[in-house]
Amino acid sequence: MTQSTASALLVNEVGLHARPSVKLTQMAKRFVSRLEVALAADGPWVDAKSPVKIMRVKAPRGATLHFRASGPDATEAVRALVSLVESRFDEEKP
Amino acid sequence: MDVKLTGRAASPGMFAGPAARLSGIATIARQQGNAAEEAAALLAAVAASRAELSHLASSANGEASRIMGIQVALLDDDALSESARAAIADGVAADRAWREAMAVEIAGYEHADDEYFRARAADLADMRDRVLRHLLGVEVETAVAAGSVVVARDLPPSLFMSLDWSQGGAIVLGEGSATSHAAMLARSRGVPMVVGIGPGIETLDGTLVVDGEQGSVVVAPGAATLAEAARRRTLAARAEGEARARAGEPAITRDGTRIGVMINVALPSDIEDVDPASCDGIGLVRTEFLVANGALRDEERQFELYRDLVRWASGRPVTIRTLDAGGDKPIPGYTIAGETNPFLGMRGVRLSLRHPEVFRVQLRALARAAALGPLKVMLPMVTTPAELAEARGMLRDAVDTLRVEDTPAILPSLGIMVEVPAAAIAVDQFDAAFYSIGSNDLVQYVTASSRDGGETAALGELTHPAVLRLIAAVAAHGAATAREVSLCGDAGGDPRHIPALLEAGVRIVSVAPAVLARTKAAVRALDLGMHPAKKAHVGL
Repeated sequence: MTQSTASALLVNEVGLHARPSVKLTQMAKRFVSRLEVALAADGPWVDAKSPVKIMRVKAPRGATLHFRASGPDATEAVRALVSLVESRFDEEKP
Repeated sequence: MDVKLTGRAASPGMFAGPAARLSGIATIARQQGNAAEEAAALLAAVAASRAELSHLASSANGEASRIMGIQVALLDDDALSESARAAIADGVAADRAWREAMAVEIAGYEHADDEYFRARAADLADMRDRVLRHLLGVEVETAVAAGSVVVARDLPPSLFMSLDWSQGGAIVLGEGSATSHAAMLARSRGVPMVVGIGPGIETLDGTLVVDGEQGSVVVAPGAATLAEAARRRTLAARAEGEARARAGEPAITRDGTRIGVMINVALPSDIEDVDPASCDGIGLVRTEFLVANGALRDEERQFELYRDLVRWASGRPVTIRTLDAGGDKPIPGYTIAGETNPFLGMRGVRLSLRHPEVFRVQLRALARAAALGPLKVMLPMVTTPAELAEARGMLRDAVDTLRVEDTPAILPSLGIMVEVPAAAIAVDQFDAAFYSIGSNDLVQYVTASSRDGGETAALGELTHPAVLRLIAAVAAHGAATAREVSLCGDAGGDPRHIPALLEAGVRIVSVAPAVLARTKAAVRALDLGMHPAKKAHVGL
């Protein structure tokens, strides 16, 4: 069982609202590991595969997202989520 | 006749037509069964809603499809109905359990600090009502004739999509937000929309004329108002076609004044679909993307990014703004955490001068890229001439050091953003090579109105005489001293504001690539010959 943690700065225009939340959960669901996200390094942690729970966090632009994962593909999962956040969810226009 | 109600503009355009009122879902209650039957009913209603939305998503495209896709993803998530299912197990009827669970969810968004999150409450209310209709067996409201003005308290995005817009139409809302998904859909579909009319929404009836630019509605319009609406609508349709067809041509006013139209770049990928020949260069590169790329302290990587922009522009000017962090753009370990008023705190060049080791990396990369083409450097948030002098000294030092190292480098022309009122008022004190007016921040600071929108949005208008006078003064100083003056805020790409900006003496605007064509069209429609006194040529 691998465990992995990392954090990324939310630099997209509008923070973690509907569309970015759904993109994040879609990415998270590609991995078998348990994946969680939080606004602080010590939690509270929410399931990164639930768009409803992620949207409830209402993470604004400029927030730091912390990720943690445990499972066989934990390292890859965390890396994929961090790069999705850093790439502004691959969709942003100026 | 001609009673006018004013709200906020949410989607441009003008339309006249009969009012079609949408009422909210009836407050009928469901015949309650036992807990197992109620649980099954909710499950079936959610599944049926999901199937409808999924169908709507696949039959739409682009923005509309993505918005419906979000609702599908949320309905797929068991977490959404978790508390409703618990209440049903405790003996509550399915419709009441769902209403109460969604009320809690929606309240969480309505009270969010951020306007984007507040606007999501409408999406959740839309999902709530769709599931309720299935639970209660009520038909979805689509009985609105094509070509109507839809009048409602608020408009859910899925309802927008189920209405027929083939004959035009418009939307007037008592509440609502310009950042809602419905407003985004209206803009992409070209449907005029006005939000925030207030309680007066209840009085709207008969023929309405909706003005999506002014954010107003005329009730019981006279013949003259109707004729004017029809004329403007025809003109708008023709103008849109012409703008697209002539996007590649230069922007010249009717009296022959050439207006420079450049583009703003926030990400290196922004220029992928833009033909460099269709613009007069890049008027603003926001280098905050360096942070996302991890290149803040990486000179080589920065040099490559700047070099690629200069190569793309093939001889046209590329104006690169040094890092503008702070305000609403924090960077951990670089910006100051916990400032009580970050927009009046350490941001832009203030932070660059405080972190010379980071600033030096950027200045070196910029001086190296300047050896390859006409690259210009622009400082954000300049407040005093001393800041400009200090930055200029550092830029010169960077070039000297590079030359000692035998690395090709050229001293780029160094200008300032004019966005702090102090710089705008005393612009003659700033010996910069050029001035670029940052209208978003200038408006926010001059009118003391947060640019995040919300309650103060109506106060923070570019058209405030104080703002226009400052812009005119900066343009006049530039013309008198042969310094280029451009404007790189959102106002430059807003056709409503282009006449005022050009009359104020602005001759170069820099806009988002998406609005390049319509900006040029707005310029071509103007005749500055009517204002010969103001025909100051700033040069290009």
